[in-house]
Amino acid sequence: MSAVSFDHVSRHFGEVKAVDGVSLDIPEGEFFAMLGPSGSGKTTCLRLIAGFERPTSGRISIFGEQVADLPPYKRHVNTVFQDYALFPHLNVIDNVAYGLMIAGQGRKARHAAAEQALEMVRLGGYGTRKPSELSGGQRQRVALARALVNKPRVLLLDEPLGALDLKLREQMQEELKGLQRQLGITFVFVTHDQGEALSMADRVAVFNEGRIIQVGAPEDIYFRPEVPFVADFVGSSNVLPAPLVARLTGTESPAAIRPERVRLAGEGPLKAVVTGLSFLGLSTRVTLDVEGTRMTALLPQDAARPTVGETVALAWAEGDLHLMRGGA
Amino acid sequence: MHSDRASLGLKIAAAAGLLFLHLPILLIFVYAFTTEEKSFQWPPPGLTLKWFAVTWNRPDVWEALGLSVKVASISTVIALILGSLCAAAVSRTRFFGRETISLLVILPIALPGVVTGIALRSAFSIADIPFSTWTIVLGHATFCVVIVYNNAVARFRRTSGSLIEASMDLGANMFQTLRHVILPNIATALVVGGMLAFALSFDEVIVTTFTAGQQQTLPIWMLEELVRPRERPVTNVVAMVVVLVTMLPILGAYYLTRGTEAVAGQGK
Repeated sequence: MSAVSFDHVSRHFGEVKAVDGVSLDIPEGEFFAMLGPSGSGKTTCLRLIAGFERPTSGRISIFGEQVADLPPYKRHVNTVFQDYALFPHLNVIDNVAYGLMIAGQGRKARHAAAEQALEMVRLGGYGTRKPSELSGGQRQRVALARALVNKPRVLLLDEPLGALDLKLREQMQEELKGLQRQLGITFVFVTHDQGEALSMADRVAVFNEGRIIQVGAPEDIYFRPEVPFVADFVGSSNVLPAPLVARLTGTESPAAIRPERVRLAGEGPLKAVVTGLSFLGLSTRVTLDVEGTRMTALLPQDAARPTVGETVALAWAEGDLHLMRGGA
Repeated sequence: MHSDRASLGLKIAAAAGLLFLHLPILLIFVYAFTTEEKSFQWPPPGLTLKWFAVTWNRPDVWEALGLSVKVASISTVIALILGSLCAAAVSRTRFFGRETISLLVILPIALPGVVTGIALRSAFSIADIPFSTWTIVLGHATFCVVIVYNNAVARFRRTSGSLIEASMDLGANMFQTLRHVILPNIATALVVGGMLAFALSFDEVIVTTFTAGQQQTLPIWMLEELVRPRERPVTNVVAMVVVLVTMLPILGAYYLTRGTEAVAGQGK
């Protein structure tokens, strides 16, 4: 049975179609990422699952139960908020035990459970502190423990790593992934960071303008984008315009090719002028002009480097040039 | 270059300013102990404690004090209920006319008391409402609501909206959320607002003169007493009491708000 399922769900705010006819199925135990630029409808989708928004039309079910009209407090899902939303008047242990207190558990039992949850996020012994005395990363862990202690069937995470610095973020990515594997709970994760989505999720849904553009495994999204938007948004693929592709392959449709798959060769199907070089450490990024279309190539450090202004030929392996549908 | 030490002239000016502000209050305290009862004579010919006993035995003082306390208490309770509800509505939801309502609520405190007083008085006479404790309460509530509203609105703005969502996400319904999250977060703001409202009501004169009729609150009683030449120091004793009763809540409010800054600032 799917953990979460959307059937043609829309949420309109007046004229604005925040979510516009989205259908999706998230199987139990999956780590599902919703990826998209801000305003693409991914957060509204999450809020629809949590119950903070009601759909304008369509059906939402959680483990088979129709929930469109259920308030948040009657759903077996819990949320880790972007700003953590820890209760400032409660200390850490009472924050974590809040859900259990509401559920009517006694003080001793709920504090024991909360302490266990805190240990799971490696914050054992922090119970008596106030949220204001914690660092950003620690608050994030408390928010996680506060949600997980209720044993939700689905955990919703709204850009939970956005406020952390790079190093902490990478560490938390590992930990979240580990927790999800260990607990087997369905995670629905909203992010605008494509690297985060690709590295953590089992499946990624790419959102744009209230619709899902493509759903698939990270490899599919990365190497086989179906439309130029996905190719461009997920890791800045080169998008070749349809007329150019028609000349190369005979098919009139846009195509994507990853920068790291572009080789500079003596002979090749495309001629390009080198417009810039930048050193990135592991590789060198070459910006190219192909008959007015901007392309980039990532060259390994041992490859021969061209000079700016030089005309080069571009080559790639069969299958690296990925044909897409036109349009968005 | 910035100098850490103020010049002598500036120090003298500051001292003179402070004296000008506070010496009259000190004089009122001193005259509460004078032996001269008809005119205020400097220096006092002698010091005595008898006026405290005299004041204690004056039924009109007790009556006025009773009315003042009653009016201030009821006004404060009304202000707490209306002010916090109004603040919640204005800061939590968006609706047509929200800004207008916010302005209308704050207006009474910007309006001169005379205008509020005359407006209320003519309204009472048109509606044929006889003067009573409740007419005074109504007059005081107009500005007490503003005080509570202002305090509560500021706190609501600093309380992140996702706290309420977090509470409901964790299984709490609206009432549980109100009890466990909203009230504890705005409690100090309400206490402070209530204390200030009480102090404001307790020493209010202008609006009261228009809405009291023949009744005397403590400040009105003092005003009347000044024209009478008998037992003048009694007024000073009462003045001391009024200063203490109004100063303490204001000082308390000041310390309470100072303490909450650190707590309130941690929305994230």
